[in-house]
Amino acid sequence: MTKFRINQKGLLRSDVSRRNFMGLAGGAAAGLAMSSRGVWAQEATDEFKGKELNVLTWPGHGDPYMVGAFEERYGVRVRVKEYVGGDQLLAVINSTPQGVYDVILADAEVVEQLVDADQIEPLNPADYPFADFFPEFQKFEQHWKDDQLYAVMLRFGYLGLAYNTEKLSAEEVKSYKILWDSKVTGKVGWFDWYLTSLQPLSLYNGNKPPYDISNEAFDKLRETLFSLKPQTAGYFQMADLFSSFANGQAWVVPGIGDWVALLLEDQGRPVKAVVPDEGGLQWTESLSIAKGAKNPELAKRYIQYATSPEGQVKTATLSSYAAAIPNKEGWKLMAKEKPEWADRLRLREDQENVMDQYRKGNIFPRKLPVQQSIEVWNETWTEFKNM
Amino acid sequence: MRRLNAFFATITVPPILWQVIFFLVPLIFLVVMTFWSVQNYRLKPDFTFTNWQKVLAAGYFYDIYLRTFLYAAAATVITSIVAFPVSLFLGLNAGPRFRIVAIFLLICPFFTSYLVRTYSWQVIISDNGIINTMLGAVGIGQVAMLNTFVGTMIGYATFFLPLVILLQFASIAAIDRDLIQAAHNLRCGRLRTIFAVVVPSAKVGLTVGAAFAFILAFGDFVAPSLLGGGRSPTLSILIIDTVKSASDWPRASVVAMAMIVTMMGVIFAALTFAYRKPGETH
Repeated sequence: MTKFRINQKGLLRSDVSRRNFMGLAGGAAAGLAMSSRGVWAQEATDEFKGKELNVLTWPGHGDPYMVGAFEERYGVRVRVKEYVGGDQLLAVINSTPQGVYDVILADAEVVEQLVDADQIEPLNPADYPFADFFPEFQKFEQHWKDDQLYAVMLRFGYLGLAYNTEKLSAEEVKSYKILWDSKVTGKVGWFDWYLTSLQPLSLYNGNKPPYDISNEAFDKLRETLFSLKPQTAGYFQMADLFSSFANGQAWVVPGIGDWVALLLEDQGRPVKAVVPDEGGLQWTESLSIAKGAKNPELAKRYIQYATSPEGQVKTATLSSYAAAIPNKEGWKLMAKEKPEWADRLRLREDQENVMDQYRKGNIFPRKLPVQQSIEVWNETWTEFKNM
Repeated sequence: MRRLNAFFATITVPPILWQVIFFLVPLIFLVVMTFWSVQNYRLKPDFTFTNWQKVLAAGYFYDIYLRTFLYAAAATVITSIVAFPVSLFLGLNAGPRFRIVAIFLLICPFFTSYLVRTYSWQVIISDNGIINTMLGAVGIGQVAMLNTFVGTMIGYATFFLPLVILLQFASIAAIDRDLIQAAHNLRCGRLRTIFAVVVPSAKVGLTVGAAFAFILAFGDFVAPSLLGGGRSPTLSILIIDTVKSASDWPRASVVAMAMIVTMMGVIFAALTFAYRKPGETH
């Protein structure tokens, strides 16, 4: 099997045996050389005409704005089933016969769960435009298991603190310390999920990475969390998180980022997101081919489209929620076609951008806990809510 | 005789079949699932008591159970008391035309989703909401309602107050007016008539209304979550949390079983009370 590793420069290279080198070299080299101008830029083919591609995804990704060009190019129809949380995705996928879905869009930590549950197909890295990705994202750890690729990064964003700019200043939210300030007593909102709530506090406690911590550090994290009970406004689901900002119930929410702030800004709400000095988390949405997909080749083409410059610009500027993208060519196209969005999303290579922030070293992927079980973290969250 | 048997079979088999397919079979599956395990986020048939042990050993489970029970009991008492005067008026005093309009208006809220109505309440009772803006205008300070116990109770009332009124009303409207007339003739005051004649005569409707209120509140996720802010979790929130973290359906099933047993107990007690004849001790 062809294996891909990342070398010191962060570029992909193939690790093949001498015996099959000659056979694979051509294909692999072609694959590695494949840029986002690769397959998607080729002429349309009738091979898929009339077929349906079934995609299981977060809301908004089935927007004709996103899938229209793909449908037109291949004469296919993209049918979307939306879910609103990793738990729901796992429930759907585990209770649906294989073959119903072709493509799964999932957060990176859910990709790890899908790999463990044997619900997604291995991918060939040569099929995707990793050469155009920023080196940091060419071999994204959460997408690989045992040197095998299972997902391709589609978009990402950072999570830190979201705050009401009329109530708090940029200076005040430079540190997670603000969460304990008497000014925000009863005004700290929480996104009701243990992972995004505990990991920023783990960063505040100095744990880097925030998910791989000793039991002692976890005990301290519990104390840190529990000390915030008097500050708490409430625990919100996705939809009421927006209204909690809008109706003044929450002034500051940890574990939330630009994706919420940008939407609220669009509604004229005084909300911004920031990564405090202690660091932030990265959420990552990725595309995979479902196990037993009926149209794996079409699924591959869809992932190629979504990760091409054209697809990347569209996915970055989805009306449901915007995000940063990993494809450099996508950045260039966006600067040309949608300069205002390139500025808003900080996707300009000639200005301070999201990758500069990443390179500062205080952004960590949102990952499942390593040294404790999910259950232990979640029970702590339930205890906190019940205090 | 054969025709009679066919008639009884026609009217009894469908509801029995319905109950078996949509209640008994899922219930049995739920019980079975409490003994299953989860491996790699997938359900795995098993026979383990771990789920029961874990849930019943968690201190917070009892706190949450008690809170859910008390919230549901409070909602039952509050809505039953609020509904009663309305039902009394509609059942005994209102004219036929007014009654039709009132019933229509009571049914109207069910035209829109409970979730939508709950979100509307957020706009009304939030810190920047309509009520607090009005209170601010007359110099009264802000009153916290959203994300509090009050918010949760408002949510419950939104959910089932019209239903409780309709159930109480149906029972009160069916009371034999001669009994009320007789009470008046025997110089019974209004209040005494209500407690000596109306309440005992409408006992079944009043109890069933209260039982419905309890069951709907006990299992509701929306009100404690969206108007209570999830600050004081209930069992339905605990189920969501349990599933959300690691797809732990078996453990969530244990919590669900605790809820079902409680609701069955309450319904049984309510029906026993409702249909007990005066003077019966059990």
